[in-house]
Amino acid sequence: MPSTPSDMKTIADIVARHDADPTRLVQILRDVQSTFRHIPAAVMDRLAAQLSIDRAQVQAVTEFYTFFSTEPRGRFDILISDSITDHMLGSREIAAYLCECLGVTPGQTRADGQVSVDFTSCTGMCEQGPAGLVNGYALTKLTRDRVERIVELVNDDTPVSQWPREFFAVKDNIHRADLVLGTKLQPGSALRWMFQRGLDSTLDEIAKSGLRGRGGAGFGTAMKWKFCREATGSAERFVVCNADEGEPGTFKDRVLLQSYAHQVFEGMTVCGAVIGARRGYLYLRGEYLYLHEPLNAVLAERRRAGLLGSNIIGRPDFEFDIEIRIGAGAYICGEESALIESMEGKRGVPRNRPPYPVTNGYLDQPTVVNNVETFAAAALIALKGGAWFSAAGTEKSKGTKILSIAGDCARPGIYEYPFGTTMAQILADCGGTGAMGLQIGGPSGIFIGAQEFERVLGFEDLPTGGSFMIFDQRRDVLEIVRNFTHFFAHESCGFCTPCRVGTSLLKNQLDKICAGHGGKADLAELKHISKLVRATSHCGLGQTAANPILSTLERFPEQYEQRLKAISFEPGFDLDGALEVARRMSGRDDAHAHLAQEA
Amino acid sequence: MTEHMLTIDGQRIPFTEGQTIIEAATAAGVYIPHLCHNPEFKPHGSCKLCTVKVNGRNCSACTFPAADGQEVLNNTQELNETRRTITQMLFIEGNHFCPSCEKSGNCQLQAVGYYLNMLDAHFPFFYPSREVDASHQEVMLDRDRCILCELCVRASRDVDGKNVFALSGRGINSHLIVNSTTGKLKDTDISVDDKAVHVCPVGAILIKRKGFEVPIGERIYDGQDIGQVSLEHEMPIVEEAEHGR
Ligand SMILES: Cc1cc2nc3c(=O)[nH]c(=O)nc-3n(C[C@H](O)[C@H](O)[C@H](O)COP(=O)(O)O)c2cc1C
Ligand code: SF4
Ligand code: SF4
Ligand code: FES
Ligand code: FES
Repeated sequence: MPSTPSDMKTIADIVARHDADPTRLVQILRDVQSTFRHIPAAVMDRLAAQLSIDRAQVQAVTEFYTFFSTEPRGRFDILISDSITDHMLGSREIAAYLCECLGVTPGQTRADGQVSVDFTSCTGMCEQGPAGLVNGYALTKLTRDRVERIVELVNDDTPVSQWPREFFAVKDNIHRADLVLGTKLQPGSALRWMFQRGLDSTLDEIAKSGLRGRGGAGFGTAMKWKFCREATGSAERFVVCNADEGEPGTFKDRVLLQSYAHQVFEGMTVCGAVIGARRGYLYLRGEYLYLHEPLNAVLAERRRAGLLGSNIIGRPDFEFDIEIRIGAGAYICGEESALIESMEGKRGVPRNRPPYPVTNGYLDQPTVVNNVETFAAAALIALKGGAWFSAAGTEKSKGTKILSIAGDCARPGIYEYPFGTTMAQILADCGGTGAMGLQIGGPSGIFIGAQEFERVLGFEDLPTGGSFMIFDQRRDVLEIVRNFTHFFAHESCGFCTPCRVGTSLLKNQLDKICAGHGGKADLAELKHISKLVRATSHCGLGQTAANPILSTLERFPEQYEQRLKAISFEPGFDLDGALEVARRMSGRDDAHAHLAQEA
Repeated sequence: MTEHMLTIDGQRIPFTEGQTIIEAATAAGVYIPHLCHNPEFKPHGSCKLCTVKVNGRNCSACTFPAADGQEVLNNTQELNETRRTITQMLFIEGNHFCPSCEKSGNCQLQAVGYYLNMLDAHFPFFYPSREVDASHQEVMLDRDRCILCELCVRASRDVDGKNVFALSGRGINSHLIVNSTTGKLKDTDISVDDKAVHVCPVGAILIKRKGFEVPIGERIYDGQDIGQVSLEHEMPIVEEAEHGR
């Protein structure tokens, strides 16, 4: 329990480092968590006082984000990525082996406080899994050998900073580059062109390019910037780059930030000039903590080069800077208004719309929120013009899209394609020809079967924020759906009834069917809840949470029916299983202590 | 000045600039079922009971702005079935033992259940383990019955200026917390006259030693349905706000 004067000094230092700014509460709690391995109650009081906010706010934020805890986690806090593609690479077996060697139970800190192991949502290392995190830093390619080394390092108390570098190696794995990944951008060149051309005509070029948001919804980028630029009565405008990349199976923003950071920041700066903003933020998902320092280094380099700060490329009228804010494990914070709430130091709960962020965003000011890839593309469009970009793609989907391909294929990784490319082509390129089905757009997207592989990439057919998962004949459709459904139940923010309760009901209902306890009525019920959750939820999370179920029920009904019992109704619980506690308490396990269930 | 107009189930409803759909409906005497909405407070939009179809799309009537020419569907079989399911969800995620609850008969959750012809809970109960806070001399908080509507949060913040309550946690683990070091009501400055103590639509916030003052059978929703009661109570509030606009 931190209560010593030196602990209190540590806390005061953390607060001071963040200028006692309450909007930085998530950042402050990240530092507290990493120092004390939890957020102790006494610290909550302290923070509330020093930041002049309610204690309840500190507690509420602590209890919202997965990476914060009120009970101490281990000095080595290990999280194993629990996405379906990690499973397919053996993550569950690896985690079991790790727990066995360390003598820990998942979710419980070892008695000596040294180590804890738990599972977490996709960490974005899908093509180099099984993946995990140790004290927030990404681990890739976990093998049994590595697990044994890790166990030694943990038991020897070797600081993570001294662990072998290769444990933390994150590769780009770019297999196909096109317009965005294949065009070299000299830092500053897009900004120079923009000023030569003029801000209005730069916005015109973005409009001509036909660029639509790459984060999922596909809203016209030029339109968004224009709305924000024209919003009246504001003190300030903001640019926010959405690097939350929480959709399982998506990892292309990670690669852009790792190897194309100048391009992304240049795109944000172009946006800042066009809309008249002086401050920009990059909201980086907590899982990408390892990128924080390198990104700050790029920002520093840009300041030195006169590409950020005041007097940018010698223009006294243009001032713009970028700050990085880091998340703490919450998929919902990728939703733009939840992201803004998180940036303001609150729980990541999506706001009511209207009003939209373009008029009432960060600190209630007009704000553009765009995906990482959108900014990377915008920088190049500012340099090369709209026609250069719109020459690729289809009528409704201009340009190219970066895919993160994972799952059953020979060459998983990053592939950039013009919109309009068929699934068959993509599968041929990455060596995924044995595919039985594809999950396009992550769990919130759709599952398609082999007879649909002539369909094309694009907003008019198969849209995706980047996630592209391949499944071959060995895979069980229901296991895939179950993984996704558990994901949504875990990530629902809990604001609205249909999503909060409905995602849990879907999870229970699917578990029941998969365990062989489901009847025909259960299938109808599954569909009924799915439709309701989709139709009435507050935000995109709830509205898409039933997609895995609905899209597979439509295409693979027999997979569900195979699991059903012959009867039409089956109780929601296992009668004999329910007696287990009583048996344990009474120390009995004889025949009379068991109940047979009629089936 | 031309009058603004939308339709609800085919009926023409006038509205003033800035009103939400539910405000326009209430002013015109049309009941839209709701729980987290209370016209005295800032619209919230979390329970989703007020879901209506606006030009074919589902919207929350309590937050969605009224606009000219909107065709709103409200009292349809489909929407009422949806609302019934949502009400069942609210029942099973908490612990509601109505026969032993002081709020029974005055409870909006129960009343909405009657109104929507809800005959059973339909889903398996979650039986969550939730804390009761009986620490305060006069005010009692039974989280078993909390439906997370945040009316007490809004009332305490916006009317009482005290910030006694907040929602914490995430997803199905969301829960109401009390803003004090101990997390107990006794260590807050809440008082029995606070607005926050009187807005809870269910039996989660109760005033102590007031149990069963009005006998069962003579309570608010024993004789009237919630549609009538709601309109009688809320119409004047909406009208006053309209004149203030
Ligand atoms: C649950 C949920 C999660 C989301 N996650 C992300 C994300 O991780 N990254 C992203 O760019 N957009 C995400 N979005 C979409 C954003 O709300 C927003 O539309 C996007 O950032 C806008 O940028 P764009 O127009 O450049 O795509 C998410 C949306 C929802 C509903
Ligand atoms: S709060 Fe309402 S629904 Fe809940 S137990 Fe009490 S009377 Fe029943
Ligand atoms: S205590 Fe009552 S008013 Fe407060 S959130 Fe719960 S149900 Fe709503
Ligand atoms: S909680 Fe996010 S959609 Fe309901
Ligand atoms: S009354 Fe509208 S969402 Fe609750």
